[in-house]
Amino acid sequence: MLDVDLGPLWLTLRLAGVTVVVLLIIGTPLAWWLAHTRSRARTVVEAVVAMPLVLPPTVLGFYLLIVLGPHGWIGSASQAVTGSALSFTFTGLVIASALYSLPFVVQPLHGAFESIGRKPLEAAWSLRASKLDTFLTIASPMASRGYLTAIVLGFAHTLGEFGVVLMVGGNIPGRTKVLSIAIYDHVEVLEYTQAHMLSAGLLLFSFLVLLMVYTINRRLPIHVS
Amino acid sequence: MNELTARFDVVFPTFRLQVKASVPSEGITVVFGPSGCGKTTLLRCLAGLIRSPTGFLALGEHVWQDETKGLFLPLSQRPVGYVFQEPRLFPHLSVRSNLLYGWTRTPASERRISLDQVVAILGLDSLLQRRPTHLSGGEQQRVAIGRALLTSPRLLLMDEPLSSLDAQRKREIISFIQRLDREFRIPIIYVSHALHEVVQLAKTLLLLKEGSLATIGPLGEVFSEVGIRRVISDSHIGAVIDTHVADHDVEFGLTTLAFPGGKLSVPHQNYSIGESLRVQILARDVSLVASPPAFQTSVLNVLEATVMEIGPIESDQPFVDIKLDIGCPLLATITRKSLATLNLHPGQKVHAQIKAVALTHDSLD
Repeated sequence: MLDVDLGPLWLTLRLAGVTVVVLLIIGTPLAWWLAHTRSRARTVVEAVVAMPLVLPPTVLGFYLLIVLGPHGWIGSASQAVTGSALSFTFTGLVIASALYSLPFVVQPLHGAFESIGRKPLEAAWSLRASKLDTFLTIASPMASRGYLTAIVLGFAHTLGEFGVVLMVGGNIPGRTKVLSIAIYDHVEVLEYTQAHMLSAGLLLFSFLVLLMVYTINRRLPIHVS
Repeated sequence: MNELTARFDVVFPTFRLQVKASVPSEGITVVFGPSGCGKTTLLRCLAGLIRSPTGFLALGEHVWQDETKGLFLPLSQRPVGYVFQEPRLFPHLSVRSNLLYGWTRTPASERRISLDQVVAILGLDSLLQRRPTHLSGGEQQRVAIGRALLTSPRLLLMDEPLSSLDAQRKREIISFIQRLDREFRIPIIYVSHALHEVVQLAKTLLLLKEGSLATIGPLGEVFSEVGIRRVISDSHIGAVIDTHVADHDVEFGLTTLAFPGGKLSVPHQNYSIGESLRVQILARDVSLVASPPAFQTSVLNVLEATVMEIGPIESDQPFVDIKLDIGCPLLATITRKSLATLNLHPGQKVHAQIKAVALTHDSLD
């Protein structure tokens, strides 16, 4: 009766973890560029980054399914190289989740970099630090609150996604069946106990994570105003 | 002698900085001028934070920018210290780590200044373990100065480092900066719009007006030029003289200051004999008499002077500036009427009555 399949849980955590790492790698330079560029393209890029906030996940999922599928340009490229398209794969899920959670990572980082401004960077340059050195030793630690927020929001938002994942990943146990879909499945077949356990677990987890973020944020020694 | 040679031409939407100058690379050079004349822009060009498309900059034989050859060193590769208007300390690092941030990034062979020296001269001992946010404004600025010094710069740029401080802190930091000049022998370019800072600190004065160089030269000379009124629209013009304390007159409560041209009596000063003191004699406090005063005068300081130059006479101005030689330059403002009455001409011997001597350390307010 209580044989809750924990497969979707591990898959979900793995997906969220990988997505956050990918997003930090992409999001950091993107947010840095947004915070420092004077290019007119900035406004356009900002709008594009924010799109997942307003689009129905199914719209994003639909286009991703097409692009990542065997006839889409990314999917066909992948097929040529690796022998398989990206739709209904874990990699496809990561790409989709990364796009979907992009604003949740980029925006806090963008805000953090912007509030640091140029002044401490100029000071570091005047103290013989190269640009990379300045980024690593001054900008990053000063943006630590932004990073914390970005990591947690990116992670949590990926945990909770449903529409995009369903469209791109389908519902393949062990490969693309994530927690939110598993809950949906349980409810559909009236397995409320299992649905409860997974739901309550997710609820508690989300609350604890956010509580931790707010606590750490309050205690972090760096106040950049 | 090493010189800092700079040539910049930078165009902004509402402003253009066009400067070509050579500055002696010793002592403190104050860049002075009203707000918006381009002082900070000039400093940022010197630092490499603004790149003049046709610029040239060299300190002695070291060329930092030569756009004809496409050469431009970014700030991090120039041996330059920069003290900004605000301290800009790194909030996530302790005072000690802030101080050592540049030191660790300076090649060991170039390090000439140690942490201990800086801590001693700037009085930072009790602050080392603290976080910058827990320091007062004056303490933060001292740390910022120390941090810049610890990169052993060949040139120190300071952008109105006192502007956010109260009078007490200003006095404190000015004396630190004077010590820096004496003890570390680093040429300093110091931007200011406050005349009292200029008078106290400058060895060389560079006057900027609307983005161009108005005049440059030793402070004493620039401040006694007859045309200075056109550049500094301020009633505080007048010769600046370096003196030393020669004597104290306890009975009358006076102190005698000696300078190359003679002696000045001033109200008692709490300095020991031999200490140097820079004073300013405002042009409006100097009056001229053609022959030695026949009557007794209440003015203590009457000095023999030779008329060197008579300033431009402007018909809408009742006043005219006269440059005198009293062993060093002295500037006097008199009326055009007096000029006619005394029939002054260059070379003439007169007596200058000095009604007041401004002591530069008093003028901080």
